[in-house]
Amino acid sequence: MRRLKAIGAFWYDFVIGDDWRVAAVVVAALALTALLAHAAGVNAWWLLPVCVFAALGWSLRRATAGKS
Amino acid sequence: MNSLPLILTVFVACAVEATEALTIVLASGLTREWRSTFQGMAVALVVLAIVVAAVGPALTLVPLGALRLVVGALLAIFGVQWLRKAILRATGHKSLHDEASAYLREVAAAKAATVTSRRGVNDWYAFTLSFKGVLLEGLEVVFIVITFGDNQRNLPAAVIGAAAAVVVITLTGIAVRAPLARLPENAMKFAVGVMLTSFGVFWGAEGAGVSWPGNDASLLGLVPVVALVSLGYTALLRQADRGAGPAVRPSQEEVASS
Repeated sequence: MRRLKAIGAFWYDFVIGDDWRVAAVVVAALALTALLAHAAGVNAWWLLPVCVFAALGWSLRRATAGKS
Repeated sequence: MNSLPLILTVFVACAVEATEALTIVLASGLTREWRSTFQGMAVALVVLAIVVAAVGPALTLVPLGALRLVVGALLAIFGVQWLRKAILRATGHKSLHDEASAYLREVAAAKAATVTSRRGVNDWYAFTLSFKGVLLEGLEVVFIVITFGDNQRNLPAAVIGAAAAVVVITLTGIAVRAPLARLPENAMKFAVGVMLTSFGVFWGAEGAGVSWPGNDASLLGLVPVVALVSLGYTALLRQADRGAGPAVRPSQEEVASS
């Protein structure tokens, strides 16, 4: 059980890293992009980059808040 | 797409991982025992080869759209985490990853550990230290090679980039017999973060069903935009720090996690 937990923790750290919110934003943005492309026929190529930049800024802001 | 950007991206990304693995192997070999260190390294390489043999061919069976969606998401998440870390280090909010001090920490721990023989290995500590270091850093190399190579349907180019990085770093390590402290590791991590994020966003969005203006050529615009936005965040953080006084020194926890 302990080994299983360690493996889970390793993969979580490997893929998700220090801020799970970044992963959540990327996955949500991809889902929205797919929805717009397939359901509404909108070629929203710009959506993912915008969300990724926002996620990076948000994550940096959270990491530095109260430190300076 | 030309193979050169792919080879260079994989080379730089794998050089960072190889440097970290080399630090651990050197600490183990020079302070404990080379034979057990090489045994640990060899077993880790066998495990990595099994992972490549199992995962590599399986990925070629996955439809390209689905593969790009999943791998794009992973690379984008991975890339943003690398950028986040590099920007925090560049602005003093996180301790710079110092291979020299990482090496000294490993050496101190290796010297303190007792020698125990197990399963035909003279020094179990040296074996496990080297095994873990090579396996963990190697998994990152494998992840980068397989995702980049498979997405571009050009696995040989990705393998060339990774192999060149491992050979260059290993030969340099053998030549200097010391951790590669002078490598601009944070700048390399920043560059890799930019490439991982750009490729991840490109493939992820394509996998989700959009067409990029200019197709593959849009990567030539996406990479500088990601770099500029990241540099912009770095400048903003520095400006904010100057306005509010010096940044708080990173905690021990942050140093340890670097």
